[in-house]
Amino acid sequence: MLDTLLRCLAALVVLLTFPLIIGQTEHKVMAHMQGRLGPMYAGGFHGWAQLVADGVKFAQKEEIVPAGADRRVFQLAPAVALLPYLLVLLAIPVGPNGFVGEAIDAGIFFVLAVMGIGVLGSLMAGWASANKFSLLGGLRSAAQLMSYELPMLLAGASVAMAAGTVSLPGILDQFHWWWIPWQAIGAFVFFTAGLAELQRPPFDMPVADSEIIFGAYTEYTGLRFALFLLSEFAGILVLCALTAVLFLGGWHGPLPDSLGWLWTLLKTFALAFVVIWARVTFPRLREDQLMRFAWTVLIPLALLQLALTGIIKVAISQ
Amino acid sequence: MTTALLAATGSLSPAARGFLSPTGVEIVFVLVGLAVLGAALISVTTKQLVHAALWLVVALGGLAIEFLLLTAEFVAWVQVLIYLGSVVVLVLFGLMLTRAPIGRSPDADSGNRWIALGVALAAAGTLVTLVVDAFRTSWIDLSAGGGSTAATGASLFRYWVLPFEALSVLLLAALVGAIVISRTGKDSGARPRPGKLRTRRPVDASAAPQQQER
Repeated sequence: MLDTLLRCLAALVVLLTFPLIIGQTEHKVMAHMQGRLGPMYAGGFHGWAQLVADGVKFAQKEEIVPAGADRRVFQLAPAVALLPYLLVLLAIPVGPNGFVGEAIDAGIFFVLAVMGIGVLGSLMAGWASANKFSLLGGLRSAAQLMSYELPMLLAGASVAMAAGTVSLPGILDQFHWWWIPWQAIGAFVFFTAGLAELQRPPFDMPVADSEIIFGAYTEYTGLRFALFLLSEFAGILVLCALTAVLFLGGWHGPLPDSLGWLWTLLKTFALAFVVIWARVTFPRLREDQLMRFAWTVLIPLALLQLALTGIIKVAISQ
Repeated sequence: MTTALLAATGSLSPAARGFLSPTGVEIVFVLVGLAVLGAALISVTTKQLVHAALWLVVALGGLAIEFLLLTAEFVAWVQVLIYLGSVVVLVLFGLMLTRAPIGRSPDADSGNRWIALGVALAAAGTLVTLVVDAFRTSWIDLSAGGGSTAATGASLFRYWVLPFEALSVLLLAALVGAIVISRTGKDSGARPRPGKLRTRRPVDASAAPQQQER
């Protein structure tokens, strides 16, 4: 019992700290890549206090609920958006020998199913704002999220097929180094579809600030808006950790097993860097290009990966 | 066939245990069941359409917890993935796109509600009597892993392959049908090709200057 509580607490701490680290990294990486001076001032050396300043700014802003809004749904939406990521973090294995919040038998399944709930947060936020732009933004998010869930599931299924199990630690136990080239297409599909699920650039059409005024979140202020931002960064953490576990071998590396958690963290943060890099360098996709990309590129690729996995799996087992 | 299935889940021997000494799991099961019932009742009686769909989320999520308590882990996650992640989202999507005012929508009330209540009660009564009668004194010991992915997969692909395949064919037919239906409107009327920005040609000369001003 105490053990379970401690594990839940650890997952909560990770949820509250790691996304902030990713946020800070995003500030700095963007500042360096684009020559931005803004995030480099606060606090002196390299603008280390920028994140603190942001936090203070969010905390002191007034919480406004629009008069015509559906109060309870409006106030619940950020929690619905954030909570799934906390649950998912519990299931991601960090190191060997039970270094995981809660070993779940149907791990991949659990993770992808729970991540799918996050879309309810966007829909609730968009509808309850009583603002047609928010509603449109929410509907666009939902459409995008539902389109990109399918390739993500298919790519995940390919790994599960290769390992012969759907448990995340079980998959890592089966891992061999040659899985990385074997599942490379699946990794690309999973990572890209995940980026789109998070509505991160270049797939941020529904929330694009210059297009439809931050999508479903137009009416949100202060800490509730900060919660939505936190859920975006928590989403980056979850996506990168999952990609690292499923496709890059998680805790496997040249170091001994006792340092496995270090490998997971290194891979996760390397992928998070790629996410930020993509934001800085890629132009935004238009709405129709976005949908086309999911249905005509990612899904066929995922099916191809699935077929490839099946063929090689049968060839090996003979 | 049945014996193998039973071996996977536990024995169906007559109960040596009474109903008066419930375990913790059973208490939680009943409490969650009451919560599900409450959410379901609110979902059909609330006057706000979107709230009804959101209460449906609570009810279906509670059902997933019930599956978990019965150690059917895989079914629980399938419930979350399909019902919470897709079906309710589609329902919400449809509601929000067509009509979902914030606040009450009185026109959503049906005149058939008493008939509907009668049908629902009759169906529930039939099901409860049937299940109680079928499993009157049997007792399944819920050991961990009884409904795990391995057990579910084994029984699905060992004993239930034919129904599974039939269902797959049915779903495939539905999928093809949906694609066919959605494509029929394609030939009527020229649409702008996606990916190209096209301005409409002016219909007659008088409309032309107006369009150019924009």
